[in-house]
This record gives sequence, structure tokens and C-alpha cells, in this order.
Amino acid sequence: MPDSYTLNIRRYDPESTESAHWQEFGVELDPERSVLDGILQVKDREDGSIAVRCSCRAGICGSCAVRINGQSRLACNTRISDAARKAGGKSISVEPMGNMPVLKDLIVDMDAVHWKKIQRVVPWLLPDGEAPEREYIVDAEAMIDVTQSMACIQCGACVSACLALEVDRDFVGPAALAKAYRFVGDPRDGQTEERLRDLAEDPHGIYDCTHCFACIEVCPKDVAPMDQIMRLRRRATGDFAIKDKNNGYGHEQAFVDIIEKWGTLHEAQLLPRSFGDGSLVRGQTEPGAVKQLVESLPTALRGLKSGKVSAKKVLAHPKLPDQDQVRRIFKEIHSKDERLELNMYIVGENAEDEQGAQAEAGGER
Amino acid sequence: MKLAYWPGCVSRGFTPELHGSMELVAPRLDLELIELDRANCCGAGVIAEHNQELVDTLNARTFAMAQGVEGAAGMMNICSTCQGAQSECQERLDADSGYRAQINATLEDEGLEYERGAGWWNKNFLWLLVEEIGIDKLAEKVVRPLEGVRIAPFYGCYIVRPTKRLGYEQHPNRDKYLDVLIEMLGAEPVEYAGSHKCCGFPLITMNRTTSLRQAGRHLADAIDAGADCLVTPCPLCHLNLDMQQPAASKYVERDLGVPVLHLPQMVGLALGLEPEELGMHKHVVKTRDVERKVAALAAA
Repeated sequence: MPDSYTLNIRRYDPESTESAHWQEFGVELDPERSVLDGILQVKDREDGSIAVRCSCRAGICGSCAVRINGQSRLACNTRISDAARKAGGKSISVEPMGNMPVLKDLIVDMDAVHWKKIQRVVPWLLPDGEAPEREYIVDAEAMIDVTQSMACIQCGACVSACLALEVDRDFVGPAALAKAYRFVGDPRDGQTEERLRDLAEDPHGIYDCTHCFACIEVCPKDVAPMDQIMRLRRRATGDFAIKDKNNGYGHEQAFVDIIEKWGTLHEAQLLPRSFGDGSLVRGQTEPGAVKQLVESLPTALRGLKSGKVSAKKVLAHPKLPDQDQVRRIFKEIHSKDERLELNMYIVGENAEDEQGAQAEAGGER
Repeated sequence: MKLAYWPGCVSRGFTPELHGSMELVAPRLDLELIELDRANCCGAGVIAEHNQELVDTLNARTFAMAQGVEGAAGMMNICSTCQGAQSECQERLDADSGYRAQINATLEDEGLEYERGAGWWNKNFLWLLVEEIGIDKLAEKVVRPLEGVRIAPFYGCYIVRPTKRLGYEQHPNRDKYLDVLIEMLGAEPVEYAGSHKCCGFPLITMNRTTSLRQAGRHLADAIDAGADCLVTPCPLCHLNLDMQQPAASKYVERDLGVPVLHLPQMVGLALGLEPEELGMHKHVVKTRDVERKVAALAAA
């Protein structure tokens, strides 16, 4: 049985004198049909001039990403009844993706932002040495790590939602960095360190991700771009010790060392250690580090003045009562030859007793 | 209600007023807090970036300590970042029994073990207020409705995303709790673009411009929407929004100057506690105007 829904579509035509505006349309659809079905019905019955990109209508091609009720999603993959419920009694808002220039109505310029950034990471294999006579042979095991980033359908939803891109247009961004991991993690690639060094040193590279989970939330294929960025960071620092000028290495090293030493965060030492590639001494003596430290001084002084930061707190930090235990844990895990990572993308298939177990942060009541 | 209480690092470090105000508010809400004073840092996403097994072990250690608190209904934290970082570890620990056993083996020396159980939970004070104490119960305890105070909610990324990991299937309105709470305490929630966005704190050492542009933009949006102050359940957001606010103002090239309250401070004001005892004088951005409004309420 069809139901009635209202779509509030963001309109913009560069060839008209009208500025961008909202326009409401009623649609009649079965509740299980998609928002894309709704848009196409409006286009068919009411206004053929509405511009929208779509192709497969089955969540495969990645053409129809838009913002529905403010959230970046594939229109074909969003049930219209769910969207109506989310809208909470108001009309369902449908607007073009964010962070990219609008060409017309729901169509954005993917070339100007998304594809340019994808090109930035050299999205093809760069193997070492002569090509083998036949195909490259790779262990299936060795590819597990990159399967998640390979699932990307280039829809741009993560680019649209990215909160770092919102304030820094030059950020390489979630889709391109996930793509970068697809090659960094590929055992056939011969430029692993070069790729990592390039993205670690770029001020808009892996250390420009603000860790907000927006890309993870919106990705229709569970690529979890932010997790791939964290994998890139882990490889850059853990495997190649790349000491970048953005303090990415220093910050991680400083944080980890502080917790190993005290168990809780000694905030006053985090900045100087971060600026000195993890070393407190270098952080207070090397010219580059000192310059950054001086820049942070006004903030520190404001903290002292307000009384939230005391001289005592800056100089001394208490160890946890059982700090020996914390140090033992650090030592045991750091002494392992390989970092153990539970791959949540594939776990569940082998987890015998708890398939699909979702940690419920709140638990059940 | 007895609770295993994890205050986190920052609430006892650069935002001591947060831990302090929580301790004052707790007895007024009949909460008995058993502080986990041997527990370690949650890793704040940084140790996860370094080594997952390490961060999972460290947080399993905290969970095991919390599970060992006799008679506790669950575990409470007062930091969005602790909530998010710990939920991430819990998700992995709960997903695979083999992995969990391996992590627990490292804890054996200390006689600790994390047990996966449907009944056990770790909740931010915000979630606890709405889900465990209940809005109606809380309403009964309000002695000073914050009438006329316009408060802009700032949630912090780590308790709003990713929804799958953070229990939104069971509690779909968790991204609205601050708004609900502000209204229930008699104040007026301010709608603005930045409420669920990122404060920029994770980038402050690595890209100061991106970081402070984010903080500055959200503060400016809240001011333009008419906010008297912001409120946040995350002390790291507080550092970027309050302590760094004068610096952020330069990155967005405009005056700011809007106070940012910690969640227990806002609740405390409505429960009749005074700004001074809630540590509001320790903020970088002066809270005078809000205090004046609250004082006028008391006189009325």
C-alpha cells in the first residue's frame, strides 16, 4: 500500500537568476521503496528538470549519494519510510553532498574535489623490479588487511561528511586516504615507505584527520575510512618510524611513553614531548620544537592564571599505585614480533560463539 | 545507586573543576561513586592508533576493575572521549572469545579478568542521567530551574559516532539527550550547526589551524544563535572550546567570548549548587554573565 511522503529538495540552477532554494514535492510510494525512487517519481510526474545522478539503484554503483535529513547517504539505499521517521514529522530534506561545489540541484562536482584527491595518492600499484611472466601470486591471508578499503564504491559520502575538510579544503580526505591504504597494505607494492612518508609529511595528509568518526558513520560499504587512516599512521610510526614535521610521530610517541611511565596522562609534558619527536629534552631545545612551544605559551599562561593549571601539576605527576602492572603490560605487548589486530571487518565469520556480536556500549536493560 | 567511577585523566588534570563538580553533584542524585583509582588512561584514540592489542588490554584492565566493585550497577565515566575509546575496545573484546581470552591472559598476573556480559555497562554521566536515573526523577530534584538561560549543547564526537558501536540501536535518542536535559532543567536549548561536530582537539598538536578553525567556527555559530553558554560532557572539547578560545578567535578572525560549562556544572546549578563551588571561576572564558543570570533566578 503506497503512503504519502513529502520531499524537500534543494534546488539550484546556475543558468537561472534564482538563487538556491528549497522546494517541496509530495510522493506516493510503498514504505519500503527508496528516497531515490521518490526523487525519480517527482522528476517523472512533476518536474523533469530536477538534476540527480543515479544508475544501478541497488547500492553498487555509488552514483546517487546526497544528504538526506543532513546525513550523507546513497539515496537508493535509504528507505523512504526510515527517512520520514528520521525527519520526525517534517518533510524529508534532500540536498546535494557537502564539501563539493554544486553543479545543479543534487549534482556536485566530484572532479573538482573527490577525484582530484583520489589522484593525489597515486591509486595504482607500483611494484618493484621486473613484472613476473604471469600474474603476481599473493597469499590470500596477506590481502585480508586491505579487503575493507577495497570495498569502496567511490560514492563520496565520506568526503561530503568530513569535518576536517569543512575547515581545510586541502585535506587529502577520507576516501583518498582509504584508497592510499589499499596500496600501502598491498604486499605487491614496492613503494610502501615512500607512500607513507609522503602522506605523513604533507600537512594535509594523515595527520590532518580530526578523528571525528563522521566518515565511518556515513560509509554505505563499511570501509571505515578513519580506521584506514589510523592504519596508515600505525604503519608510518610503528613500521618505519617516520618522524614527520607535523608532530604525528612525536604526539603518538609522547602519549604512549607518558602512559607507560605514569599510567594516566601528564598533560604538561604532552606538548613539549610531541614537538620533540617524543623526547622531552629535544622538545625543549630544538629550534623547531621551541618555536611551537612558544606559540603554545599564551594558552599555558591562561591555564595558570585561571587556576586550572598549577605549577605543581606542571612539574610533578603522580604514578598509579599499580604502575608496575601497567608497565608490565606495555613491555609484554611491545616485545611481540607482530602487532595483533582484530579485524572487525571480517570477524564474525570465524567467531564461533558470538557471530555478529555488537558491543552495546549501553548494554541492554 | 552505587557505581564504579572512572573520572579519566583530564578531569583530574587540566579541568579539575569537572571531577570536583561531579563529586558534589553525585550525592544530590543519590549516586555513590567508587573511584577506580588504580585504573589507567583509556588511550584517547592515540594508543589505539599505536597498538590495538595494547589499548584493548589497558581498557580490559579498567573494565575488570569496575566489574570487581561489589554491588555496583555499572561503570560511569564523565568524558565523551573515554566513552568512545573504551566502547571501541569493548566492541573488539566482545566480538571474539579467542581474542578476549588472549587479552585476559595478559591480565592474569594481576588476578583480573574482563567478562563479557549482557548486563554490564559503561556509561557517560549524560547517558546515565537519562537512562538510569531518568528525566522525571531528576526533575523532582531541581530546586533552581535555569529559566531564561540559553544553552548550546556540544556533545563531542566520541559519544555520537559511530552509532552502531555506541548502542544507538537500543537507545536511538542518545544524540538528543543534552537538548532534552537542558530543557528539563528549565533552560532553553540553542540550535546551531556545530552541536554534533568536532571541537578539533585531536589535531591541536598536529594541525593547529584546522583544529582551532573548528573550535572557533562552532563557538561563533553558537554565539550567533544567541547562546549564553555552551555545555559539554567532554573535557577535551572543553580544552579546545574554553582554554583555547582566545587563540581560536584569531583563527576565525572575530571576537568570541562565550563560556563553556561542564555537564555536571550545569546540573549542579539546577540542583542549587553555587558557581564558585562548581569551580566555574577556573574557566578561561569568564562565566560572569551566566552566573549573574543564575543569581537573579535565585533572588526571584
